[in-house]
Amino acid sequence: MAGKPNKKIVVYAVSAVVLLVLPLLLQGMGNFWVRIADMALLYVLLALGLNIVVGYAGLLDLGFVAFFAIGAYMYGLMASPHLSETFAWFAKMFPTGLHTSIWLVVPLGAFLAGILGILLGAPTLKLRGDYLAIVTLGFGEIIRVFLNNLDHPVNITNGPKGLGQIDSIRILGLNLGRPLEIGGFTLSAVTLYYYLFLILVVISVVICHRLELSRIGRAWMAIREDEIAAKAMGINTRNMKLLAFGMGATFGGVSGSMFAAFQGFVSPESFSLMESVMIVAMVVLGGIGHLPGVILGAVLLSAMPEVLRWVSGVFDLQRLTEGRLDASILRQLLIALAMIIIMLLRPRGLWPTREHGKVPGNGGK
Amino acid sequence: MEILLQQIINGLVLGSMYALVALGYTMVYGIINLINFAHGEVLMVGALTSWAIIVTMQESMPGTPGWIILILAMLISCVVAAVLNFAIEKIAYRPLRNSPKLAPLITAIGMSILLQTLAMIIFKPNYKPYPTLLPAAPIQVGGAVITPTQIMILGLTALSLAVLMYLVNYTRLGRAMRATAENPRVAALMGVKPDTVISATFIIGAVLATIAGIMYASNYGTVQHTMGFLPGLKAFTAAVFGGIGNLAGAVVGGLLLGLIESIGSGYIGVVTGGVLGSHYSDIFAFIVLIIMLTLRPSGLLGERVADRA
Repeated sequence: MAGKPNKKIVVYAVSAVVLLVLPLLLQGMGNFWVRIADMALLYVLLALGLNIVVGYAGLLDLGFVAFFAIGAYMYGLMASPHLSETFAWFAKMFPTGLHTSIWLVVPLGAFLAGILGILLGAPTLKLRGDYLAIVTLGFGEIIRVFLNNLDHPVNITNGPKGLGQIDSIRILGLNLGRPLEIGGFTLSAVTLYYYLFLILVVISVVICHRLELSRIGRAWMAIREDEIAAKAMGINTRNMKLLAFGMGATFGGVSGSMFAAFQGFVSPESFSLMESVMIVAMVVLGGIGHLPGVILGAVLLSAMPEVLRWVSGVFDLQRLTEGRLDASILRQLLIALAMIIIMLLRPRGLWPTREHGKVPGNGGK
Repeated sequence: MEILLQQIINGLVLGSMYALVALGYTMVYGIINLINFAHGEVLMVGALTSWAIIVTMQESMPGTPGWIILILAMLISCVVAAVLNFAIEKIAYRPLRNSPKLAPLITAIGMSILLQTLAMIIFKPNYKPYPTLLPAAPIQVGGAVITPTQIMILGLTALSLAVLMYLVNYTRLGRAMRATAENPRVAALMGVKPDTVISATFIIGAVLATIAGIMYASNYGTVQHTMGFLPGLKAFTAAVFGGIGNLAGAVVGGLLLGLIESIGSGYIGVVTGGVLGSHYSDIFAFIVLIIMLTLRPSGLLGERVADRA
């Protein structure tokens, strides 16, 4: 399938160098551009997680953003003064708030999201296809409504106002929230985050790739292609589906906590159904079940609109169209058109897998 | 008791709207197995068009009786929405009929965002007051009140349902629709043109959604480009709740969902001692749905369980 081994190594080496140098180049043009790259990496992480559920196991999950939200709020609560400000008894124990180390928060967030993923999966095991889609969608909405309303009677999430003053990430004494100087060259905070996210993405890609080739991955794909046949071959479809939900959700939890640390602020607005839909769109547009495709889809759908936003700012669209068309509207318009046009031209995604004849919910009934 | 009666009336009104939209979802799903995410936006387009017509007519022809304006607005916006939905199916769904199933789902989502954005550009993003065309004086019914608008909604729902049932059960088109839903290939062999049937389904769905949109706008008194999203979602929930693909199921599901939501949000404060408020009303639909599907995976009246995702 792939070319000669040494050709492959060259490709890897070149892309590694490009990825490592990219933020340094972008940094020169302004932190805005590095931020876009950071967000793109976070979306890659999310899309990789959802790809496990939708791409490998064939379970259409329209509420994936719920796990992202759980990771984000978990980090937000444990690394901001919110709890101490709200509860007197809590302030007595931790006067300045919990400032938990990321070595504890991130695994905890991932674990919690994973457990919730399994809990969501459990009652929906009997459901398939579109029924599953609507239930997961409902689950995402339920989580969002709770985040929005759990500010009374007990103020846990601070409601629509969201949680602020969230700590930036500190790893081994290095605070990623502050610029770092190395021999006269300054790495801005967003660039530091870029490298952290890049490491996470690389680890995730390796995990996903190993999973795909493993017994578990093959079991998932068997379930995706034909559940009854998979069962007949002795695959424990129940456990495998739960595992897929759990693993996918874990990715969501990790990227959620990263998002909270990166933004320093979380509010229910970031976790709308639209976000879930966008993540599904990334996976499907790129090439469902195919790692390079999924990454391409995530980068395209997250970075392209931001670039367009900049373009429309440069040309001052708002004045040209008498206020009817501004950057955010144009962005939305183009996302919608991209979704429609890409699917019409390449219904199997921009960069589909070669080996699998089928993707979930293949044509016929 | 009065509160209960009032909530039942409100619930039926809400449920009627859900039922009409749910029918559109369920018909499309029954025939081409697509969750038509853009269906809520068709409701929005219908409502906004009717608003534009009403406002222009009130300005250009003052003194025209309200009900004439309303009927005219309804007719024109039904036609607009029907043409739109016909075009959407032709452009975004038809070319993907034999593609992997997620492809039309994504174009449907894209279409939904596109329609919202275009509506925002054309009609501006602000909330617009929807004129009250019927007499506003409420009527007392055993301690509860019902407005003429609500009576119109219930009457219109009953009428639409009657027409639809006649269409589906006693006409050639209805027979073709049922046959296509059962098995498109065999239906085609029997001389049914699946493409025509599917187009007709989208047109009927658009008309029902527009009627629901106008009801929604008259009931709440405002229109805006995002107004289709939540009713669309709830209506889809209703369709699944009743057993997707089943027409009677969609109606029952819609009405039940409206009742549950309205009674639930009326009483949640009382039951929980004020701890949970009516902010939570939006999640009743989903909680009920999850419980329901756990117990009966094919929905209330649904028979077949799709054997493939």
